[in-house]
Amino acid sequence: MPVQHLEQIFQQKIDNETKIEAKDWMPDAYRKTNLRQISQHAHSEVVGMLPEGNWISRAPSLKRKAILLAKIQDEAGHGLYLYSAAETLGQSRDEMINDLHSGKAKYSSIFNYPTLSWADIGAIGWLVDGAAIMNQVMLTRTSYGPYARAMVRICKEESFHQRQGFEILLVLSRGSAEQKSMCQDAINRWWWPSLMMFGPRDSESTNSDMSMKWKIKRKSNDELRQNFVDMIAEQIKVLGMKLPDDHLQWNESRNHYDFGNINWDEFWNVVKGNGPCNKQRLDARRKAHEEGRWVREAAIAYAEKKNSKLKREEAA
Amino acid sequence: MKNNFLQKFYYGDIPEEKGASGQYTTSHDTTQWPLWEVFIRSKNGLDHKHAGSLHAADAQMAIENARDVYTRRMEGVSIWVVESKYITASNPEEAGELYEPAMDKIYRHPTFYELPDEVNHM
Repeated sequence: MPVQHLEQIFQQKIDNETKIEAKDWMPDAYRKTNLRQISQHAHSEVVGMLPEGNWISRAPSLKRKAILLAKIQDEAGHGLYLYSAAETLGQSRDEMINDLHSGKAKYSSIFNYPTLSWADIGAIGWLVDGAAIMNQVMLTRTSYGPYARAMVRICKEESFHQRQGFEILLVLSRGSAEQKSMCQDAINRWWWPSLMMFGPRDSESTNSDMSMKWKIKRKSNDELRQNFVDMIAEQIKVLGMKLPDDHLQWNESRNHYDFGNINWDEFWNVVKGNGPCNKQRLDARRKAHEEGRWVREAAIAYAEKKNSKLKREEAA
Repeated sequence: MKNNFLQKFYYGDIPEEKGASGQYTTSHDTTQWPLWEVFIRSKNGLDHKHAGSLHAADAQMAIENARDVYTRRMEGVSIWVVESKYITASNPEEAGELYEPAMDKIYRHPTFYELPDEVNHM
């Protein structure tokens, strides 16, 4: 069958909301775009464990420690669901992880910021996971079946993350003067990087947009960012805190909140590897990978030994 | 050609060429843990249903990992694992021929038969 014909059938399926499955024919660029996006998403879940891991041993109570551990365990699981989805597109997990460690593959820049106080754990849950949820809820309807299914599972677990984050901040916001200022400080530091998570402005590109046509994405960066601002601008009232943006204002005619300019130089700088923790994060990942090598090898050796023993017994 | 269109970067989609995170090369693991498919029975009386996949050195580890990853919130009471390489899948390109014979046998469906309204429980 000529390629144009295959592409037509493919686009028809997408237009009819039929999911694309792993063994279906797909254009090369569709495969590549999904592979890049899903693996970056997986890497983000995995690297995302690092800033939070910083506070496991310093969580203020046993309850908070148990919750944080459960949350971080979820993130590892999310990474696994996503690596599995990416593997269906023909790249091995080993290769993907190697690309992360070599710096070739990227992860969400938000995780290159440090977690300086306990309130940061609350801000991450509320703002960072909140932003991620906006994107992930949209992605439950993405056109590639394995990715969409992974997203459904992730979204189910993610709402606990956001709620526990908000609750951490809520407790601090009702606490001592020092706790209140800790809460505000964390919000100040995480607000703008959270807005950057949605990526560059829509106007940055004039190219026709295949990601939309292929329904990998269904909402633009600016749409998602606006939804996020509208949501957070209301929720922060409950905390009695302030978002660090003097331009934040309800706009009656747009039915949305207006907000100030994002520092895009900072965004690209962190993407390029010059954020506060880029090096630290990658070093931690590489170290964990290298130091875990003997475990992976020992497990394989043990499995092989058991298998050959089993075979000998069967033969006897 | 098509790749030229994909220059708009969305959340979770960061351009690879914009990265410079230093040089690092690692030797690949000599052997990878094989891939397993996981099936979960959510409660007695229901079928096992495909939940996802994972890597594990052997079947026992696959079960333990599946418990950790897919049943953290009481999603299951029973787990099956099978190495992915043992699954044979039908070819979607042959779907037409494969499923066509079912299309023209509508008499297999109960709605094919028109019965008087007085007939109940059928």
